[in-house]
Amino acid sequence: MNLKTKEETIVALATPPGIGAISVIRLSGPESFKIIDTVFSGKEKISSAEGYTIKYGNILDNEKVLDNVLISIFKSPNSYTGEDAIEISTHGSPFVVQRTIELLMKLGARGAEPGEFTKRAFLNDKIDLTQAEAVVDIINSRTSISLKGARNQLDGLLSARVSEIRDRLVNVSALLELELDFSEEDIKFVKKDELNNKILQILNEIEELLSTYRFGKLTRNGVNVAIVGEPNVGKSSILNYFLKESRAIVSSIPGTTRDIIREDISIDGFLFRLFDTAGIRVSDDELEKEGILRSREALKNADLVLFVMDAESGFSLEIDSEIKKLNPNVSVLKVFNKIDIQDEKLNQIDFYISAKNGNGMIDLINGLKSVGLGENIYTEKDILVSSLRHVNCLKNAKENLQKAINTLKSKLSAEFVASDIRAAENALLELIGEIAPDDILNDIFSKFCIGK
Amino acid sequence: MDKKTFDVIVIGGGHAGIEAASAAARMGCSVALMTMDRNALGRMSCNPAIGGTAKGHLVREIDALGGIMGQIADRTGIQFRMLNKSKGPAVWSPRCQSDRSLYSKEAVKIIASTENLSILEASVSNILFENSTVLGIKTASNEDIFSKAVILSSGTFMNAIMHTGLSATSGGRFGERSSTGITESLEKLGFISARLKTGTPPRLQKSSIDLDLLEEQPGDKDPQPFSHFTDVSKFPSLPQVSCHITSTDSEVHKILEKGFELSPMFTGLIKGAGPRYCPSIEDKIVRFSDRDKHQLFIEPEGLESTEVYVNGFSTSLPAEIQLEALKKIKGLEEVKMVRAGYAVEYDFFPPHQVDSTLETKLVKGLYFAGQVNGTSGYEEAAAQGLIAGINAALKIQNRPEFVLRRSDAYIGVLIDDLVTKSTDEPYRMFTSRAEHRLLLRQDNADRRLMKLGRKFGLVDKSFADETANREIKIKSGIDLLKKLKLHAREANEFLQSAGSSTIESTETIANLCRRPELKLADLLRLNGYDKDEFLSSLLNDEKALKQVEIDLKYEGYLKRQQEMIEKLERYEDTIIPLTLNYSNLKALSAEGREKLERFKPRSIAQASRISGVTPSDISILLVYLKS
Repeated sequence: MNLKTKEETIVALATPPGIGAISVIRLSGPESFKIIDTVFSGKEKISSAEGYTIKYGNILDNEKVLDNVLISIFKSPNSYTGEDAIEISTHGSPFVVQRTIELLMKLGARGAEPGEFTKRAFLNDKIDLTQAEAVVDIINSRTSISLKGARNQLDGLLSARVSEIRDRLVNVSALLELELDFSEEDIKFVKKDELNNKILQILNEIEELLSTYRFGKLTRNGVNVAIVGEPNVGKSSILNYFLKESRAIVSSIPGTTRDIIREDISIDGFLFRLFDTAGIRVSDDELEKEGILRSREALKNADLVLFVMDAESGFSLEIDSEIKKLNPNVSVLKVFNKIDIQDEKLNQIDFYISAKNGNGMIDLINGLKSVGLGENIYTEKDILVSSLRHVNCLKNAKENLQKAINTLKSKLSAEFVASDIRAAENALLELIGEIAPDDILNDIFSKFCIGK
Repeated sequence: MDKKTFDVIVIGGGHAGIEAASAAARMGCSVALMTMDRNALGRMSCNPAIGGTAKGHLVREIDALGGIMGQIADRTGIQFRMLNKSKGPAVWSPRCQSDRSLYSKEAVKIIASTENLSILEASVSNILFENSTVLGIKTASNEDIFSKAVILSSGTFMNAIMHTGLSATSGGRFGERSSTGITESLEKLGFISARLKTGTPPRLQKSSIDLDLLEEQPGDKDPQPFSHFTDVSKFPSLPQVSCHITSTDSEVHKILEKGFELSPMFTGLIKGAGPRYCPSIEDKIVRFSDRDKHQLFIEPEGLESTEVYVNGFSTSLPAEIQLEALKKIKGLEEVKMVRAGYAVEYDFFPPHQVDSTLETKLVKGLYFAGQVNGTSGYEEAAAQGLIAGINAALKIQNRPEFVLRRSDAYIGVLIDDLVTKSTDEPYRMFTSRAEHRLLLRQDNADRRLMKLGRKFGLVDKSFADETANREIKIKSGIDLLKKLKLHAREANEFLQSAGSSTIESTETIANLCRRPELKLADLLRLNGYDKDEFLSSLLNDEKALKQVEIDLKYEGYLKRQQEMIEKLERYEDTIIPLTLNYSNLKALSAEGREKLERFKPRSIAQASRISGVTPSDISILLVYLKS
């Protein structure tokens, strides 16, 4: 049996997400070499290089160097998946990783579904599955845990909610089909306005679900908090207060915190990841430059920023504009430190504290919680979207519904609207796991390490 | 008695039977067509019309493959209409009113003049087998006739009972006997049969109706033929007539309600399920009690006929109630009823018992086509007859089988639905059943299917060549128009006059063509592109031009469906052997195993379409097939 039909080229981060020494991005599929050659500049083209070799060069983003990387080359069938594949080792920066993946996707690669590399390896006979019974056991245990893919309480609720939305979409489809298949009948057909409203309503509900993703993600991955401010305003003191132990060097020399310091704390059971930054101002000092680079990285990836200042530093326009530039939509808490030694206060400050003696710190912690987790209070009974796969399905459904609304507005007839609605419906079905036959297979391979 | 032997025996000469017999004979097989009445070939049992939404698509596909339905309809049509013309091209559906008597005569003429085809008048009482292989048939007069294949297309005639009020008589159609024995002989082999019901309205005397009082519904001004092979210059060949529209009212409903206690449906006399999309008038009154009127179409039965057909008034109430109610309808006050409406209940074989070739899974060489598979409609029957006929011939000639996929044709959707979903009501085709609807249009049936018809020798070379040449023209037209640009100064005046926004500098003709308000032909005439040799030949080739325009206008949507097809293709290509023993696959869900054993899907894609088969069952199958 030959399953090797037209495969798309897929891309994904192979190492754990987050800041590490290096990150590895994996690209697999027939277009791998062509795609990488478009953004890679090195001594030779990847497509003309031998398999099992490593090439050094740069990833270019709009002709500018994004990162210097090492590329490992695997030629079909001698790769993990059996296809042409490469592994790109970048520096361990979420920004670089994200941007690189974006570039590759722009060139035609598709984000891999969970377990898709392993699935391809299996389908291309790279993984030996002579013990088919073992796999069947895994499938079985998986289904006995949960019927129809409800992996836990949260997913079960989500699945039920999405089924409900899908049923309503089916209802919209029915209204459209009525007009197409039964146009000769003496029936009142639905008006465009009414259809439009029905679709909009469903669209709103999908958007509502999507809006829970931030919270869902935060409950899983934690809230990234970047502490920024001029040197010497007491950023490390604040961090230390939080940790109740001195881990960062607290001194009065500006720029001591050369390397980024991250500490995880728990507030009411929620994970907060605090990044103490070295400052983001320009410096000539080579060592400091490195720290600044990392600080900017932390700022870019922050869900929440603590902008620390004191009477001496005042409100730094430079830092403020830097925040706006690097992370324009992030929530910023303005914190005025050292109220114990200064009388002078600035306007429009969210929290006045003294990291030294703890004044105002309880308020700040509450502030972190309410702003970091959002205004909404979620309980276990609420539906949360927490997986990227779910988000992608919902986004896909949303896009197709928006398309349906545009189609409705244009002069195109009902079967085109119906086609958009059907695409949206398929996206929801994919989320629930009812139609795409390989859904569960994907799930198995993403959860279980098979054949290694 | 001489031993009679044929390659193929077709039982029943309805719309499925004549397509099957004609196709197999033209493919070189010797064929016997068994019928109880040679003048009943291709008889229209219900309404005198061919086509309609989705059914019109089926006729165009049957025609492109070389079937005969489209040509008979074109020669005997007395009103042609393209339905859904205000909508996009994918849902346009041709329909015609036929002269009932001429339709059947034309079918007899075509069948009688087909080489290799013998019409045998006899009732079939038994199908003969040996070791799960078909041997032939036994007639009611105990004659054995032998063959390599048997196609059962006996319509509503097996153990058929006609109901009007509480009186039930044996018979498959008014004035025609039912056939007995076949169901029983197949059940002995393990086939499962079930009952279905369908109905037909009363026939009325035309001269007793005041048509002038009713709203007239004429045909199209520029009637289009069904068949790709019909000479348009001689079309339509018959005079064209109108239908008329009237409706019931609450008084009519009250009279009909009086008869409900004598209704074979409501008293439980009829057990078979009827079609939900074509309910009887009594059903409509009960199920849609909020409606105080229902539309009725008075359809002509033929040019010379003294009768008319009341579409929308299918009923099995007592005859006197029917007449009393009819007389309260506008225009029908003085009506004379020639024949009362009736319901017919008949045996069918739930279609999970056939494979996509329509060969039964239990008996080699035995094929089912048409209403015996639980469908309703002349077009659905004809489509199956054609596929069964082609496959029977291919098998006898040791050639590869012929299966259309859901992405190839409505015929593919029809048969795939039957074999993966079975059915418990008479199955009718709808455009919404075809998920790749935008690609499966009535206007491109020839592009999709004619080369296949040619491959089987059912389509003349000249037509197939013409279609192939046109395809080249369409493809190069599309490529060219994606490059050809119009300048603002050439286009803007026209764009403004057409109510379209103007362009800044240049724009390709392909992009401009995407605007719903613009026509390709108009765009080609700007800047004198019509002077170009290729483009002017395109402009003069209406069929090719239309295809280029549709392909350009809806490119985004068509591409999306094409991509979906490609994505699913490998599941269609992953074949499950018919002999797979599902009880060996212990991990399957109980319901999944039961359904898979019953349906025996031929591919992973088919398995995934069977209700009750879960995604994890599919994974298990994939793993099993892999190892």
